[in-house]
Amino acid sequence: MSLSKEQIAALAEHLENAELNASAVKKITDDYPDMDFRDAYNVQYEIRRRKEARGTRIIGMKMGLTSRAKMEQMGVDTPIYGFLADYFERAESGEISVKDLIHPKVEAEIAFVTKSPLGGPGCNAAQVIAATDFIMPAVEVIDSRYENFRFDLVSVIADNASSSRFFTGGQVLAPMSTDMRTIGVVLEKNGQVMEVGASAAVLGNPATAIAMLANQLAERDEKIPAGSIILSGAITAAIPVEAGDNVTLRAHGMGSVSMRFV
Amino acid sequence: MKQEQIDQYSRALFSALRSQSAIDPLTQSEPDMTIEDAYEISLGLMNLRIAEGEKVIGKKIGVTSKAVQNMLNVHQPDFGYLTDQMVYANGETLPVSTQMIAPRAEGEIAFVLKRDLAGPGITNAAVIAATECVMPCFEIVDSRIRDWKIAIQDTVADNASCGFFVLGDRAVSPRLVDLSTCGMVVEKNGQIISTGAGAAALGSPLNCVAWLANTLGRYGMTLKAGEVILSGSLVPLEPVSAGDYMRVDIGGIGSASVRFA
Repeated sequence: MSLSKEQIAALAEHLENAELNASAVKKITDDYPDMDFRDAYNVQYEIRRRKEARGTRIIGMKMGLTSRAKMEQMGVDTPIYGFLADYFERAESGEISVKDLIHPKVEAEIAFVTKSPLGGPGCNAAQVIAATDFIMPAVEVIDSRYENFRFDLVSVIADNASSSRFFTGGQVLAPMSTDMRTIGVVLEKNGQVMEVGASAAVLGNPATAIAMLANQLAERDEKIPAGSIILSGAITAAIPVEAGDNVTLRAHGMGSVSMRFV
Repeated sequence: MKQEQIDQYSRALFSALRSQSAIDPLTQSEPDMTIEDAYEISLGLMNLRIAEGEKVIGKKIGVTSKAVQNMLNVHQPDFGYLTDQMVYANGETLPVSTQMIAPRAEGEIAFVLKRDLAGPGITNAAVIAATECVMPCFEIVDSRIRDWKIAIQDTVADNASCGFFVLGDRAVSPRLVDLSTCGMVVEKNGQIISTGAGAAALGSPLNCVAWLANTLGRYGMTLKAGEVILSGSLVPLEPVSAGDYMRVDIGGIGSASVRFA
């Protein structure tokens, strides 16, 4: 199916309002059961266009559904992507207001910062490493705009892959001298270890997720520009957070980054 | 429990081990068995193995993850003994079909001590100071209790469900690795099945070794220089059978692999 321009604009406005007003909505496939992937990304790109028209800058991208378990659960064999707007970022050791969010959860990730553009098709992990300036520990705050985090693949793509906030920090590393499979992460909430994992949980190597992103963007004639920050996908399960929570991510050889939710 | 009963259960577990035939949970016939009773049975079991020529070369620590502690409803780890007959070389083939009942593989960090550790009062720092090296390790656990239907007393009595272990290809000073955040990647037949990090075991494998030294110290026992200490699984247990190949990689430490036949 392909949605009309008007339908795409209406769905984008509907989902963006849900984000901006922090109020959950029903998943959009309830009303548009025949929507496909392309429609869903068209909605996502329309949300992006609306933000850019208001002066918001797009600073990078995020990958979602990068673990085998999540892909199987959603019945897909490729990950999905979303964009990062400038106001999604929060300074490390700072605060995130949960008033602005619906039902936030945090996940441990590795962020890539690029120094040269990356384009597909045919992009591979070696090219990703060559184009990466450095990697750093990141916590992504996901916040589905759908009630109870209940969605299908098409709905979540349209909703910018649940992207909402993120913070990075700690010790940056050069990808050339890092074993990107065995970076261990420890995600703590209020001083308690909640989740642990290693970076290979992301498609065997998070660099592979970035290569897949470049290849997926090529289908829309887009590239990853130099200077982008890319969240490569969750290493751990997502844990819910609320006001008063303090979240710390420790990553092997990469120090730590922490945040208060208020 | 009376010594007579303890001896009887030690012999039952020894016979189950040697014949690879599981027995009913001990806690089924002895619901009032304490953890202390269970350690007495475990010691009796080990003495039977020593009498047949096995030599104790270290200890293993179990029940170190939140998931397993919740499953067994205990909030402390346990320990068992390692003997020279439990070691397989890195990459070697372990004949599970003739040697084990219901084997499961765990990725761990092994400590090799260069100095004795005598608790109480052993800190993380003391563990680092007394450790010659840490190594990647697979522990292949097994339960002589039918279908792994274990209470904490059952697994303690059964030598903490220990089976065999494999040490990996590298030995690293514990001064060079952050043992709490080092990542672990476990593959089975070439596919990643789980990942973890050091903090999965009581917050750090160092905490596990310190716990063991302090716990044994209360009974006047010492961890000896040269002993190997398996510090506890960092990933969920994975059932294995003949034909499987498993590999573990640990960030900053190295890897280990084992085949099953």
